[in-house]
Amino acid sequence: MSMRVHVEGIGLWSPQLADFAALHAQLQGTPPPAPAGKPPASTLPANERRRAPESVLLAIEVAGQAVAMSGRAPAELACVFGSAFGDLSITDYMCETLAHAPTELSPTRFHNSVHNAAAGYWTIATGCHAPSSAVCAWHDSTGAGLLEAAAMALADQRPVLFVCSDVAGAGPLAPITRSTQAFGCAFVLAPETSPRTLATLSLQLAPRAATPMDGGALPAAWSEANATAAAALPLLVVLAGRDRHCQMAAAGGLGLEILMENVA
Amino acid sequence: MPQPIHPLAVSAYTVTSALGHGVADHLRALEAARGGLRPNDFGDAPLACWIGRVDGVEDAPLPAAFAAWECRNNRLAWLGLQQDGFLAQAEAAIACYGAARIALVLGTSTASIGATEEGYRRLENGRMPADLERSGVHMPHSLTAFVAAALGLQGPALTVSTACSSSAKVFASAERLIRLGLVDAAVVGGVDTLCGSVLFGFNSLELVSPERCRPFDRARRGLSLGEAAGFALLERAGAAPAAPRLLGYGEASDAHHMSTPHPEGLGAELALRDALARAGLDAAQVDYINLHGTASLKNDEVEAALIGRIFPASTRASSTKGYTGHTLGAAGIVEAAFALLALEHGFVPGNLGGDEPDPACGPQFAWRGERRDVRIALSNSFGFGGNNACLAFGKAAA
Repeated sequence: MSMRVHVEGIGLWSPQLADFAALHAQLQGTPPPAPAGKPPASTLPANERRRAPESVLLAIEVAGQAVAMSGRAPAELACVFGSAFGDLSITDYMCETLAHAPTELSPTRFHNSVHNAAAGYWTIATGCHAPSSAVCAWHDSTGAGLLEAAAMALADQRPVLFVCSDVAGAGPLAPITRSTQAFGCAFVLAPETSPRTLATLSLQLAPRAATPMDGGALPAAWSEANATAAAALPLLVVLAGRDRHCQMAAAGGLGLEILMENVA
Repeated sequence: MPQPIHPLAVSAYTVTSALGHGVADHLRALEAARGGLRPNDFGDAPLACWIGRVDGVEDAPLPAAFAAWECRNNRLAWLGLQQDGFLAQAEAAIACYGAARIALVLGTSTASIGATEEGYRRLENGRMPADLERSGVHMPHSLTAFVAAALGLQGPALTVSTACSSSAKVFASAERLIRLGLVDAAVVGGVDTLCGSVLFGFNSLELVSPERCRPFDRARRGLSLGEAAGFALLERAGAAPAAPRLLGYGEASDAHHMSTPHPEGLGAELALRDALARAGLDAAQVDYINLHGTASLKNDEVEAALIGRIFPASTRASSTKGYTGHTLGAAGIVEAAFALLALEHGFVPGNLGGDEPDPACGPQFAWRGERRDVRIALSNSFGFGGNNACLAFGKAAA
């Protein structure tokens, strides 16, 4: 049973790559300048940008890039936000505060701690009333989330924004999560081809490969620093036209075989 | 508007909450209008409030083979899986379809964060204590990863974490995977346990009632938090001709505010109308709605107005949060189970705690339990971030 989805927009942000064009440059042997500071997340109004935690800025930045590339109106897109760990800085703050002064917990940090914080900020900023979701599957969050988003695009025949992003760990959770830097990516997926189509992907569930894919020509440190980067970089390399096939882990013993059918 | 879906069979379901272990305990409590809330006795310095705590979780460690997953949330999941023959039903489904052809989609708001909180209370030189240096319990997928291992499932496995709509949305995800032929069946559900994050978090937002929560009462003072586990097995209708049906679902976003609902209930209404459209139903055909009804001032005001403008008086509506407390990421599956119990047993649960009805509530409200035929039942679930879901269930066609 294979599924075909059509990619209309791609977003990317890490401390080394400001967007998908920067990945192209990297793959062509001209490493791009690193982005300055935090993800700009210009889709958010300024006051929301000040209140939003880093995980939200990252997710909104890549979502905004992908939707801008697609030319679609963000309010028409259903959205699925994936993240293995959510906002690890807020988790660190919450657990630290609960251990010492629980009644002093910040209400803003609490409502920012929900796994669907980015989906909430995004739908509020874009006036989007479409279905929105927030999902995770540990190290398989990218593959499992892509499956969820593709299934939604095909089952309901509607374009879907899929975002997957994770920030660096903080405090005592840092050595446990082994997430040492931020990485986010986003894709606008459509059920049918259109003039907006950048690439067509065939997705198929299959037994998980014994050896995980790596990012090929990309620095191994990028994948080691973030589980979402490790999962997503092979697909981004495919979408950059440097490969035609990759496999993402989708669950314990399950992989998602991804084959690119054409590039616009 | 979405196309109608082919109904799916809900061929097994189970629920464990402050009302007891398994569906029979719940039906008895609902019929007797007996709530499960108690004064808060959770943690070292409990807030003065009421909670829906599940008895027996402390005494039910995980089997040794699953020790890496040990934490309160996974204990509650394991306790829940053992009720109502659910483990045997899941095993039968695996024998029928194969473990890779069954999806697992579970909802949770905070998963095993209680274990992370505990680690921070007893850090050793700034590090997690050795017994909690287990990466599997310090992430939101902990629940689903544990249940996949416990049931031996090998298909797609996903955690939905959209706060209080989480374990309603799992039905939608599962239906899509089955409709597309990616799997033949799905185990759905959700588990959330009491923990400092939610007790002190909702307290910081001034949303926790100092007394038992009173949904839709004019003098309501906020919510009571609870914990629960629930699971359901979804298959194509032909596999279980007599089982109740998932008829439809709807999902929508408020696009309004992170922690308060849209003042006119816009996202909630879109989710409700989406669910009716997928189920091919008119509002007037709905016999019972299990409301989100948290007993927060705003939610109940908005939801009462929504029910009043869409449904006739013949549609009965109630919140069951007064029995269980608000079980957050588990509320969707708990209240789906209550909707299914209403269908199966012809009983509309009364809206416990609504002693002096808010004048915003219309004639649809069932303030006391009612014995009547229920053919179509809905369940509303609304979460932080303006995340709304509505489920539609019905009896199997005669």
